[in-house]
Amino acid sequence: MPLSPQEVEHIAKLARLQLTDEQKARYREQLEAILEHVAKLQELDTKDVSPTASVSVGQMPLREDEPRPSLSKDELLKNAPKQDDGQFQIPPVFE
Amino acid sequence: MPSLTELSLKEMKTGLRDEQFSSRALVEAALERIAQLEPSLHAFLYLASEYALKQADDADSVRATGQSPLQGIPIAIKDVLTVKGMPATAGSKIIEGFMPPYTATAVKRLQEAGAIVIGKTNTDEFAMGSSTENSAYGVTHNPWDVSRVPGGSSGGSAAAVAARLVPAALGTDTGGSVRQPASFCGVTGLKPTYGRVSRYGLIAFGSSLDCVGAFGRNAEDVAIIFEVMAGRDPLDATSAEVDVPSELVSIRSTNTGYSTDAPLRGLRIGVPQEYFIEGMQVEVQEKTRAAIAQLETLGAEVHEISLPHTEYALPVYYILAPAEASANLARFDGVRYGPRVEADSLWDVFFKTRGEKFGSEVLRRIMLGTYALSAGYYDAYYGQAQKVRTLIKRDFETAFEGVDLIACPSAPTTAFEIGAHKGDPLAMYLEDVFTLPASLAGIPGISFPVGFDNKGLPIGMQLLAPHFREDVLLNTTHVYQQATDWHKSHPKGYAL
Repeated sequence: MPLSPQEVEHIAKLARLQLTDEQKARYREQLEAILEHVAKLQELDTKDVSPTASVSVGQMPLREDEPRPSLSKDELLKNAPKQDDGQFQIPPVFE
Repeated sequence: MPSLTELSLKEMKTGLRDEQFSSRALVEAALERIAQLEPSLHAFLYLASEYALKQADDADSVRATGQSPLQGIPIAIKDVLTVKGMPATAGSKIIEGFMPPYTATAVKRLQEAGAIVIGKTNTDEFAMGSSTENSAYGVTHNPWDVSRVPGGSSGGSAAAVAARLVPAALGTDTGGSVRQPASFCGVTGLKPTYGRVSRYGLIAFGSSLDCVGAFGRNAEDVAIIFEVMAGRDPLDATSAEVDVPSELVSIRSTNTGYSTDAPLRGLRIGVPQEYFIEGMQVEVQEKTRAAIAQLETLGAEVHEISLPHTEYALPVYYILAPAEASANLARFDGVRYGPRVEADSLWDVFFKTRGEKFGSEVLRRIMLGTYALSAGYYDAYYGQAQKVRTLIKRDFETAFEGVDLIACPSAPTTAFEIGAHKGDPLAMYLEDVFTLPASLAGIPGISFPVGFDNKGLPIGMQLLAPHFREDVLLNTTHVYQQATDWHKSHPKGYAL
């Protein structure tokens, strides 16, 4: 399953990953090998097979819709690399 | 009396109850052994020594007023499950320093039952791997031979139990990450049914596959842990509303209901031909066959069966799991937790933080999953993989119409050398070939030691059961362990 350098570039962009040229070349080669193995799935006729998205069995009732305390804002902000005035701080989104 | 670290969890319970020793003595013995062996093993990413000693004193002071099932017993937790007050890394640099604001339900239930979390164990980054070599914090060494991997991704927990650092530990299993390291380290490891144990507080990898499991030195100890942590949790919508069977209790008594000469009479065991393949280690085949013969001697009926879509499990898994991972790991962006690689725009913060802080296997799987989900490829990869998952699930449903359990090897080989699969991801993925199908079907599995290869490395056998029949897995393993001594062998790989 050949992948073009442009496709690898495109996937990295979709996934928000900055990769070096060396990484791009290596992942291209490795993904090609994995996709070649995965191509085996095309052997099977699945025209009449429905997809499985979940293997949950039995009832999965929703929890009671009752108000309850959530985690504290301070506690959640403690892990942020940058915070200000009770909010996560990020660089400008618009110039 | 043998050294306290030699005791099984059940023996610790009894000893505490009868006041033969204190919880403080147990925790001190564990910490001492950890201090002695950690330099050669590196099973832990975080040790909570002071906290554990304090918990032990608390446990000792309340013992007089009644004993919870795990009161005062030290355990270890794989570092993909959150424990409030202890850093969580998931083996990754991208959340280095993260202090989780809450405790995972599985851990909380153990703590409420009195267990003392002594530390967090090493794992492949975000549980992606079969060797712990993908941990950003260094590899864990196999207690049977420190030049070899412990398996993975729950390698730290498996090694900690094998080396008698703790009597039991939690792991997680997405494609084999409890069963394969249990096999490599010569311990007993249970992957419960999907939905049996809450995933709340488990740092997500593949949400339709992730299961919280347990390691112990025998099935009895694993059953004690499993019983405490299993069951419906309103905080995980996929946790099943199915009672934890009371038959589990029988494993802790004397297997009443079974006749003593043939305790497994009436149990039908299927042996799938697809799990005995060319290229796998011959001794693994031999020891697995011998263990199956032993189960037969103990009264079980053995039938050859077929699971015809087994060979498709690997390609199905390596589409679905990376696809789910690529979505789950989108949250790690340098904004809410973990370190940030600073840049002028938010866009560049995302790209640089993720590109620099994720390790190579995680990057590879995010790339693969993103590709499989991208426009134009979705039907061919993700859609087709979901359909073949149905076929794999049906294989098991059909098989379980005729048998109660399936017996097969846990892994194609024994523990391999550190670095053996470097640069060859596909070779590493093949290590999971026997554990992936059950993960895709969501059924429970257990791995336990059934012998050694000619290098003295443990060999594990796997039993698989229909949904929610962990009781049959645990009882059958227990019967086998009553008749054999493999699970009692002591690793000799580290320098003492």
